[in-house]
Amino acid sequence: MARKILEEYMNRKYDADIKPKPALNMIKDKTAIVGIGETKFTRGSGRDEMDMACEAIKKAADDAGIKLEDIDGLETFTLDRTAMPFIVSTLGLKNLRFASEVSFGGGAACAVTLHAAAIVATGVAKNVVCYRSLNESSGHKFGRGDGYAKYMLTAPTPHYGYTFPMGFCTPLSWAGAWGRRWMHEFNVSYEQIGWWAVVLREYANKNPLALFHNKPMTHEDYMNVQMIVEPLRLFDCCVDTDGACAHIVTTAERAKDLKQKPVYILGAGQSAPIEQEIQTVYNRPTIAGLFETWYAAHEAYRVAGVEGKDIDVAELYDPYSLGGIMSLEECDFCERGDAGNFIEGGDNIRVDGKMPTNTSGGLLSEAYIHGFNLVNEGVRQLRGTSYNQVKDPELCMVTAGPGVPSSAMVLRN
Amino acid sequence: MTIQYTDKPIPHPALWGIIYRSSTPFWEGIKEKKLLIQKCKDCGKILHPPRPMCPGCHSTECEHIEASGKGTIYSYTTYSKSPHKSFKAPYSVVLVELDEGPRLISNMVDVKPEDIEIGMPVEVAFDKIDDDLTLYKFKKAG
Ligand SMILES: [Zn+2]
Repeated sequence: MARKILEEYMNRKYDADIKPKPALNMIKDKTAIVGIGETKFTRGSGRDEMDMACEAIKKAADDAGIKLEDIDGLETFTLDRTAMPFIVSTLGLKNLRFASEVSFGGGAACAVTLHAAAIVATGVAKNVVCYRSLNESSGHKFGRGDGYAKYMLTAPTPHYGYTFPMGFCTPLSWAGAWGRRWMHEFNVSYEQIGWWAVVLREYANKNPLALFHNKPMTHEDYMNVQMIVEPLRLFDCCVDTDGACAHIVTTAERAKDLKQKPVYILGAGQSAPIEQEIQTVYNRPTIAGLFETWYAAHEAYRVAGVEGKDIDVAELYDPYSLGGIMSLEECDFCERGDAGNFIEGGDNIRVDGKMPTNTSGGLLSEAYIHGFNLVNEGVRQLRGTSYNQVKDPELCMVTAGPGVPSSAMVLRN
Repeated sequence: MTIQYTDKPIPHPALWGIIYRSSTPFWEGIKEKKLLIQKCKDCGKILHPPRPMCPGCHSTECEHIEASGKGTIYSYTTYSKSPHKSFKAPYSVVLVELDEGPRLISNMVDVKPEDIEIGMPVEVAFDKIDDDLTLYKFKKAG
């Protein structure tokens, strides 16, 4: 069965039995994102993660026109230094009735919103705020081996024991191993993958929120930088960022009376398909793809009742360029194995291209807030307020971190 | 040629054998220079990494077969900068596909980073780090 799913996956011939199993389809269009907020993105905030989380939440509430005391649910990630009780006490959230966390770092990026949507759709809470606050630049660095060495001893997985003693201990290298295999199987060149970083930098240069605003980079600049971990260079990596992002989910009904144009959550899904590991997913019949991204994306499509070709703009989780590039295949924006050709020259992912992608500059050039800045940019696109506005988009695809249990969602305006 | 360790301690894999009991036979085998791979006694499925139950038939009866130690390089990556105080860069990490099926992360003991190629035939070469720790490495197959 496992092998069959993977063969169907590679050949794009999945049928009803192979596709993600139907969920109770209760969230479709029932909820909306009504407010977004973020702190300034910096290299050194001089603040703690609690402080930044509260600022982002307050801004999201103000953006929505919701009073803080009307927020009755909190939903976030694990692995940071914010504490829900302190958030409640700082913001004065006196009507809280729901709180929850989703683990696996960036893989939770859309799951957090999915959980909020499920809670709102079923009436457990009315206004749930989703947030993420990170001092990734000045504090704990998820990308560093020594940080992982400590984390691994309590990690919820046996797999790191099989990799760490071999010096295989950073997310970049874990991606390098599947990325190298993907490039080998589909004949992708170093030059081709460089276009991802170049186009995202173009977007960031027009986005005043971005850390790489006003910092141009050509394809030649990209190629002139040494590889850190083959096949990935410095500019293939996400930008270590201090900052926080938040958004608020409420019912579609209530959203109509609020300040902003509602952005509806059309479909969303989580995934941890067979042989899932935490970043070292090497014992699937193929590693030349991001199976967890494919699974989550297709679950989101199935709930939403749409297909890849219906999507107008995409915000794809790119902790390193290849994560975003390979996600183009997983979301059906190009043929399997063709993402290298698809991004060559950059036009297909530019603002007027076939699939405008990561229009804020993404995790490489805007900020790395574990994907929550991608959600805010998706909302801006559908409101029509992006700094790199796509013409009249109706549907936006957002994905979460690859290599771990993941998630994805389809937003509509 | 192989990865160079510094005098800083390497995070010890035996710990994972304690936390995750199904991994214990694998690491006990490595100490005796054997690659022991978990196999379901009921349906014969090879399970790596080891686990407490077979996901194919849900049997909890398993055995361990000794792998031949032969395989090919399935993928690789090379660090130009050290990511951790225990390891000296540059060095490569290889993903070896064993003839029996499982893929293992390891290092080559006799091939320079620039000479590593996907598809290269390899065989296991055990590397005793200290009294407590032996690791499985690979060398080019003759
Ligand atoms: Zn079995």
